[in-house]
Amino acid sequence: MTEVSRRHLLLASGAVLITRAAQARAPGEAASPSQRWGLLIDTAKCDSGCTACIDGCKAEMGLTGHDRPLTDAQYIRKLTVKDPMDGNTHFLPVMCQHCAKPACVDVCPTGASMKRADGIVLVDRHICIGCRYCMMACPYKARSFTHEEQSGQKPHLPRGKGTVEGCTLCVHRIDAGGQPACVEACATKGKGAMLFGDLKDPGSTIARRVAAEATTRIRADLGLGPAVRYQGI
Amino acid sequence: MTLLARLLLGLMLTVTAAAAFAADFPALPKARGGDCVAAAPVMRRDHADMLKHQRDDTLRRGIRGVKASLKDCVACHSTDGADAKPVPITAPGQFCQTCHAYVAAKPDCFECHATTTGAAP
Repeated sequence: MTEVSRRHLLLASGAVLITRAAQARAPGEAASPSQRWGLLIDTAKCDSGCTACIDGCKAEMGLTGHDRPLTDAQYIRKLTVKDPMDGNTHFLPVMCQHCAKPACVDVCPTGASMKRADGIVLVDRHICIGCRYCMMACPYKARSFTHEEQSGQKPHLPRGKGTVEGCTLCVHRIDAGGQPACVEACATKGKGAMLFGDLKDPGSTIARRVAAEATTRIRADLGLGPAVRYQGI
Repeated sequence: MTLLARLLLGLMLTVTAAAAFAADFPALPKARGGDCVAAAPVMRRDHADMLKHQRDDTLRRGIRGVKASLKDCVACHSTDGADAKPVPITAPGQFCQTCHAYVAAKPDCFECHATTTGAAP
């Protein structure tokens, strides 16, 4: 009789854990609170002129503008931060931070702004009344309002006039076992500054790096617990 | 006098009955796929409830790949035009539009949801 050693059993269970994070859920299975999807962004690899993540996002989500930068939908903004003491500048993409305690969810009067079990913060446009409280509450300016009637939407991202929208962390890709379009675009067209993964899975690259290296959350003082971590600022 | 009233009433009833038979059920474009997720009478009556239940399950709980899906409805029931480009399912003569026009109901789904399967511009 073959005896399974304790070591082999542990190794096997670890392997299952790692592959599960990258796999699509079975049909009919709900998102699990045992997962917490997040991003780790290395600002040292983020160039000033590069907009690969923004372009990738717009193409994936079918975001079209009206040449009105103040009101056109934007899921990712590219920020320039400057240290006033020495004048050094850094660049970083800022999208919905998928907070553990999202301010947008607190203020929503209808329950449209919601957090999924796996930590992804979404707008339920079915019940969004377009009041835009969430846009005012969000300290990261992560949400946009759809001002115009839409046509030619992507099947995986319904969007329409009079509702608020924001980064979904490409929930349709994650549910299918993929990773967000911005991360993919940054890896292929940019410098690979973005890492996506499950922060609650101790075996995932992102969890191991967050545990071993110093990372920051922007406006951590607010205590919202963002799932997007930055390195190098 | 009574006779005249009866005659008029009879005439009105005949006209009403004729009007009720005038609007035949419209012809619908044939679906691409095979059998639907449920029988036609069930779908006619319950598709809105099925979709409303499913939208909450999918968006709020992350449940995917189950029976009722608006995306699958569009994928199966949309048609291609003469130029081989997909025709929006809300266009006149298309599946959703034809039946909703017949019952004088306006579906709001497609103010946000895609009306074709492809990535339209």
